[in-house]
Amino acid sequence: MNHFFRYILFFILVFISYLVQCQTIQVCKSCPISSLKTAISVAKDFDTIVVKKGTYKEHDIIVNKPLTIIGKNYPVIDGELKGEIITITSDNVTVDGLFIINVGTSYTEDYAAIRVRESKNFVIQNLVLEKLFFGIYIEKSRDGKVFHNKIIGDAVEEYNSGNGIQLWYSKNIQIEHNFVQHVRDGIYLEFSDDCLIKNNVSALNVRYGLHFMFSNDDTYKDNTFENNGAGVAVMFSKRIKMYNNTFKKNWGTASYGMLLKEINDSEIIGNTFEDNTIGINIEGSNRINYKHNTFINNGWAIKVKGACYTNKFTENNFLYNAFDIAYNSNVNDNVFDKNYWSSYTGYDLDKNGIGDVPYRPVKLFSYIVNRTPETIILLRSMFIDIIDFSEKVSPVFTPDDLLDNNPQIKKLKW
Amino acid sequence: MVTIENLHKKFGKNTVLSGVDLTIADGGIFAVLGPNGSGKTTLIKSILGMVIPNKGTITVLGENIKKKSNYRHKIDYLPQIANFPSNLRVKELIKMIKDLRKPTNEDERLIQLFKLEPFLNKKLGTLSGGTKQKVNLVLAFMFDSPLIILDEPTTGLDPVSLIRLKDLIKAEKTKGKTILITSHIMSFVEEISDEIVFILEGEIYFKGSIQKLKIKTNQPDFEHAIASILSDNDV
Amino acid sequence: MFKILKYSFYDLMRSRWSYVYFAFYLLLGIVLLFLNNDLSKAVITLMNVIIVLVPLIGTIFGVMYYYNSQEFTELLLAQPIKRSSIFLGQYLGVALSLSMSLILGLGIPFIFYGLFESTTIWDFSLLLITGTFLTLIFTALAFNIALSNENKIKGFGYAILLWLFLAVIYDGLFLMTLVMFDDYPLDKVSLIGTMLNPIDLSRTLILLKLDISALLGYTGAVFKQFFGTSFGLIVSFITLTVWVVLPVFRIVFKSKKKDF
Repeated sequence: MNHFFRYILFFILVFISYLVQCQTIQVCKSCPISSLKTAISVAKDFDTIVVKKGTYKEHDIIVNKPLTIIGKNYPVIDGELKGEIITITSDNVTVDGLFIINVGTSYTEDYAAIRVRESKNFVIQNLVLEKLFFGIYIEKSRDGKVFHNKIIGDAVEEYNSGNGIQLWYSKNIQIEHNFVQHVRDGIYLEFSDDCLIKNNVSALNVRYGLHFMFSNDDTYKDNTFENNGAGVAVMFSKRIKMYNNTFKKNWGTASYGMLLKEINDSEIIGNTFEDNTIGINIEGSNRINYKHNTFINNGWAIKVKGACYTNKFTENNFLYNAFDIAYNSNVNDNVFDKNYWSSYTGYDLDKNGIGDVPYRPVKLFSYIVNRTPETIILLRSMFIDIIDFSEKVSPVFTPDDLLDNNPQIKKLKW
Repeated sequence: MVTIENLHKKFGKNTVLSGVDLTIADGGIFAVLGPNGSGKTTLIKSILGMVIPNKGTITVLGENIKKKSNYRHKIDYLPQIANFPSNLRVKELIKMIKDLRKPTNEDERLIQLFKLEPFLNKKLGTLSGGTKQKVNLVLAFMFDSPLIILDEPTTGLDPVSLIRLKDLIKAEKTKGKTILITSHIMSFVEEISDEIVFILEGEIYFKGSIQKLKIKTNQPDFEHAIASILSDNDV
Repeated sequence: MFKILKYSFYDLMRSRWSYVYFAFYLLLGIVLLFLNNDLSKAVITLMNVIIVLVPLIGTIFGVMYYYNSQEFTELLLAQPIKRSSIFLGQYLGVALSLSMSLILGLGIPFIFYGLFESTTIWDFSLLLITGTFLTLIFTALAFNIALSNENKIKGFGYAILLWLFLAVIYDGLFLMTLVMFDDYPLDKVSLIGTMLNPIDLSRTLILLKLDISALLGYTGAVFKQFFGTSFGLIVSFITLTVWVVLPVFRIVFKSKKKDF
């Protein structure tokens, strides 16, 4: 039995390698085929094209049959700023190991370094993209993988720059281990469902590190978003899972770690928000479960604007934020429970690890600053401490049912 | 030694000195007398530059003292109440004043004279009033200046020390110094002074020897002479 | 002047209160650093202590020292020393001995903590610098009050009022003004308001150096320019210096006119 399987396996391997070897097309400067375009035009379905090291000045390369294109030692595909460079229109295409530069910039068309249009089962991996407009643009496609790409733009302004990885009307795409910086939005999803965004680093982008619009049932986890113009924006979407991401150093006038706008039924678990002007800015978002997150040194850990109902904040750490929670109304329908608040000053006489006095995370001062932003200049003044204290004793301006009844005495560890 | 012309001083609405003219010659002991609040201390403090006059000029040894401080090198002053920094030791205070003015060895003799040796290492805060006054005297006499101003020098002194003080004053006088004294102890004044300056309501009421005062008031002794001035003027 | 300064300084360095003050900061430093173990939180707590306590101690010590040494001052006035030297010497004696207590009291625990290897040294130095500035400012203000008030009780009263006003009431009025006129552009007004109170100024100066500064830049362009660049730091330091120089000038001026 065992022998039989080995025998079969051996044959299959031999067959495959024969198949592959026989249908490999080499591209190099001194080869009979010296351009990628020619290689594609002569290739048959399921062939492999190997591009050797060198510079190939080509653009508008259309991949219209199922091919595997592999670069050896990072050959350079130079678009000479003339427009889009590679467009995939067929299913089952793999692009691997190319160095693509000089995508054309246009105000009317979104030229990309590599575009996937209405295709299935594609793999885009190990690419390096520089001097680009849009990087990887996936439209109306599904079941693809975008792995290990490095996208380094030189965007300065929003209006004349494009996004690093963009998904539009796509489904079930895995985006993992990419490194995106200096573009407009690091990763942008619009009308794209069931995608997994994992282990990416998106930093120093002009606008958002990650931008979500009208996309449902997506998961993003273990990503790092750092130093982006405005942070991460998740808007008009449902059932999003956000796990173990890090949001750091989004400092600036209209900046935040994460913006939630019209997001429902989602989970935000195990994330770290550090050194942001606002950790999470929430507008009109309901039924979200916030758990095991850590908020360190933010201006505002959480700023709640507009109608937000039945959100649950449990077992989070709030450490040294100037303001823990800001509300712009005095109505509250959200639950705060079992969190650790570094500014909690109560006591624990029965030694059960839970403070005996509830904690009020909304300070009067945060309410005042909401009304008159310039009053922020009085931050940490003694007068402010006094009015905050009196508000704590008898709340007038802040929601009086906004309490954490079980504040933790010690920082939570999971 | 000291010339005062048309000296006026008000504290708020309260006129203390109104047109004092006074010349104090070189050498001799002058007692400045007057009832409480007559302006004795103000006069002395004006000479020292501690009170700034509203009007008038003061010259000390030929120099107008306005806005000056160096002339005080020539004045030794004994303030009325001696209240020194309580953390300082006696020795340190003496050393400090010497440091501020000029070096002298006279202090050793004065310390012996007033028997202050046991107190040299004590903090000033722990001393009795009399001992403090003795320290005060040492500070005032140790610089050998031509003009000495003593404000109530006898306060708190025991009889032995009082005798020593008188001797000291007399000895200074024989050196040709000018000494200005205020005191309430009439016997002390009578015994020691050459000339009396009597101030009444901010003006010089009388200046001259005790003898002249007795004649002027028609009284046989000094104490009565003073008393008659006061009763004549309804003070 | 330096002789007077020297003696006032030594006198104060030997007084019980200097030790109490020193011991307080030493204890505070030790507790914050060794029992708390969070350096950034320690710096913020220290800031709160410094901007409230340092002015209070400076004011009270200044007034107290002036009244307590009145007779001694008279003794000095009879000596051949310029008035300005006497008062400036005494003022600097008090201010420097208080600053010494502060700097040593907080500095020693920080040195033992191994501060020199950490990046917080700049935040910490800034704390000590502003603390010293506040001591200089409030001791000078205290001397001004004492010079203008013969009556000790009145002098003490005014001194405490001054502290209360600048530490608390001013901010209350300031806040009310900002909230009442919030239809108008307020960024310049609020910066000027900050400059006019040395306690607020010190607070913003310390906040500037902490990461939180970007938070202040949140509200608008003027704030952003002020808090986001070294411009704010320079302006703040210049204003603090002015806050020291003006009361000191008044000490000199007032002492020349005063009768003793």
